[in-house]
Amino acid sequence: MRQELTLAGNRALLTRANPLSKFAAVVFMTVVLALSIDWVSASVALVCELLLFPLAGLTLTLLWQRGWPLILAAAVGGWSTSILAPDSGKTLLDVGIWSMSEGSLELGLGFMLRGLAIALPAVLLMSCTDPTDLADALAQKARLSHRFVLGTLAAMRLVGLMAEEWQTIGMARRARGVGSRGNPLQRLKATLGQSFGLLVQAIRRASRLAVTMEARGFGGGDRTWARESTYSRLDVWVLAGGALMAAAAVAAAMWAGTWSFVGG
Amino acid sequence: MPAAHDRPASAAVRPAAVTARGWGWRHAGRSRPAVRALDLDIRPGERVLLLGPSGAGKSTLLHALAGVLGDVNDDGEAGDSDESGSLLIDGASPRERRGRAGLMQQDPETQVVLSRVGDDVAFGAENLAVPRDEIWTRVHEALDDVGLAHLPLDHPTSALSGGQKQRLALAGILAMRPGLILLDEPTANLDPIGVLEVRDAVGRCLDKTGATLVVVEHRVSVWKDLVDRIVVLQPGSAADPAVLLDGPPDQVLAEARAMLIAAGVWVPGFVPATRNRTSSGTGDLLLAAEDLAVSRERPRRRRFKTVPPVPVQQDISAQVRAGQALTVTGPNGAGKSTFALTLAGLLAPVEGNVSATVDLSRGAGIDPCKWKAEQLIARIGTVFQEPEHQFVTGNVLDELMFGPRHVGHGEERVDELLERLRLTELVDANPYTLSGGEKRRLSVATVLAAHPQVLVLDEPTFGQDANTWAELASFLSELLDAGTAVVSVTHDAEFSAVLGGAELRLGTTEAVAP
Repeated sequence: MRQELTLAGNRALLTRANPLSKFAAVVFMTVVLALSIDWVSASVALVCELLLFPLAGLTLTLLWQRGWPLILAAAVGGWSTSILAPDSGKTLLDVGIWSMSEGSLELGLGFMLRGLAIALPAVLLMSCTDPTDLADALAQKARLSHRFVLGTLAAMRLVGLMAEEWQTIGMARRARGVGSRGNPLQRLKATLGQSFGLLVQAIRRASRLAVTMEARGFGGGDRTWARESTYSRLDVWVLAGGALMAAAAVAAAMWAGTWSFVGG
Repeated sequence: MPAAHDRPASAAVRPAAVTARGWGWRHAGRSRPAVRALDLDIRPGERVLLLGPSGAGKSTLLHALAGVLGDVNDDGEAGDSDESGSLLIDGASPRERRGRAGLMQQDPETQVVLSRVGDDVAFGAENLAVPRDEIWTRVHEALDDVGLAHLPLDHPTSALSGGQKQRLALAGILAMRPGLILLDEPTANLDPIGVLEVRDAVGRCLDKTGATLVVVEHRVSVWKDLVDRIVVLQPGSAADPAVLLDGPPDQVLAEARAMLIAAGVWVPGFVPATRNRTSSGTGDLLLAAEDLAVSRERPRRRRFKTVPPVPVQQDISAQVRAGQALTVTGPNGAGKSTFALTLAGLLAPVEGNVSATVDLSRGAGIDPCKWKAEQLIARIGTVFQEPEHQFVTGNVLDELMFGPRHVGHGEERVDELLERLRLTELVDANPYTLSGGEKRRLSVATVLAAHPQVLVLDEPTFGQDANTWAELASFLSELLDAGTAVVSVTHDAEFSAVLGGAELRLGTTEAVAP
């Protein structure tokens, strides 16, 4: 689990771009896709995004491991839209109250593609952005408070430790006679107890980490940055790429005549 | 003595002086002060070992010198703390001397701040607003000084061993170029190799920089040859001075030997007296492991087939017999704890099997991993390395009654255990508020309350003072004579000598990083 969330060994081109420009490019795409519910703009965006995979060092297997909940949600959303949306055109399926027509299928497909096209850029961003680099960019370029940014970054490292701690506490409690089997109520009770144990450990760890950070001079006024967060020519390409993909999606939908403003 | 150390003039580090005059500190929410009326002078470049019984305020003094004592105590409660007298570094309050002192604490996990080695070392220097180029010069130098220069700067900190994490923390402190290095039981959580790694790295850095050192640690032999001076503190009372003894190591150890031994300090050349084994046990087989491969990971489902995890150790065979001890030894990362947890029915084996004989299973089935929790604790008891992981109630008495209530018998044994492990006075206390030694004694008592025939202990003596150590070893030797089987994972050769029995040595499957 932990290995899947880190970037170890990822040397792809986009890892070298500034996290903020990547973020801006993602925002372009997301905003445009949120404006319309047609399937043309969504599929153009989706195809562009899939073409970007190699640049972010992402493969379809990795995508499935990291993003399966999103993909599943998009598929379920699309399916339910296509059977529940008002029918129009030829009816393709009719089972009692559930019916699927050409019109509702189109809507459902658009819904699913759009969900995927909006979720994918976020997965792309995460898979080629190191959290430390993101923190550097947020503090140095976006001028967010360094106390907040670095505090969050240090806390995130503890979250990884908590997964191991959860397993250990579970075993330690079984060794005390707390069963995690039985009826749902007993299981809920056991899980709540284990969560409390984890919470206590997390607070203790966090307070010790806070002492460590304070003892290393954290929390004072001015600080320097060992790693300078910089923009390069690559960032211009990232921004231009994001804008271009967004524009291409809109243009294709306009040309095909499927563009429809949400609520418009 | 300090002048005798060969110290090349390192322009960047100016050793710090410490002065305490009538200094006292009361933590918020406590009625008794942690330190009362302390008078102490430490000259620049001196190396001081602080000793004393628990409650003497050693850690409080170190935290104050590091400038991190505040209105929030260890439990996160805010409130009014109380300071009296003065405590100064180079004539100014530690809070105004940010970066003059660097502190290392006990738990290696919380000594690491960032996820890449180079960034973590740079963190302190960044906070002190050191210019960028200078930071990286310092990072390389510091990593070299602590013997971690072979690691790439983007090496993940999560992949380091405990001893390496503590050396990394030392590098982070060195990069701040502090005049005062404060170590709060820096090696209590480490195995013997890790202890020496850290101790030697500290020695090299002090020789190089000439910085002042204050170290708190109850294993004296580790630090004795590295320090010039030992200061023994005693718990504050209005009549007694806070400093009980102060002088060169040999002199203090000679004068205060009896007192230090009584206080549970590990004095060099002293092994606490323990009970001798009187029987060698019936030797009835209770539990057997055959060709076991172990891992903490669970099997994964990938593309419609189940992929077993990569084992940390394999081909382990062992037998656990009534009244006999089995000691599991081996280097870090050899899978000792994982093996013990598998043997104890808490983890499923990757390959091979663990089987209980009829004498142990008493109708519960052959595989301990499939037993219900209440069946397990009446047969195999496991004491984890960190006692806090096993606390499930709000006070000591409930904690002890928990096992017997679930098993349905044995409540009458609780009083005897309370008495035997000196917990009677503490029945109403919250387990989390106990001292380290008390927590250890409680964790052993709670597991024994369910009357298991096999007891499995993971590093039971880590970080324990000599008194708790001797009590624990004697108590376990009694249990063994009474017919309980004891399996312990330990690096402690003296402890396994007391228990006797067989040794199972696990090797590493891959080379250990230096």
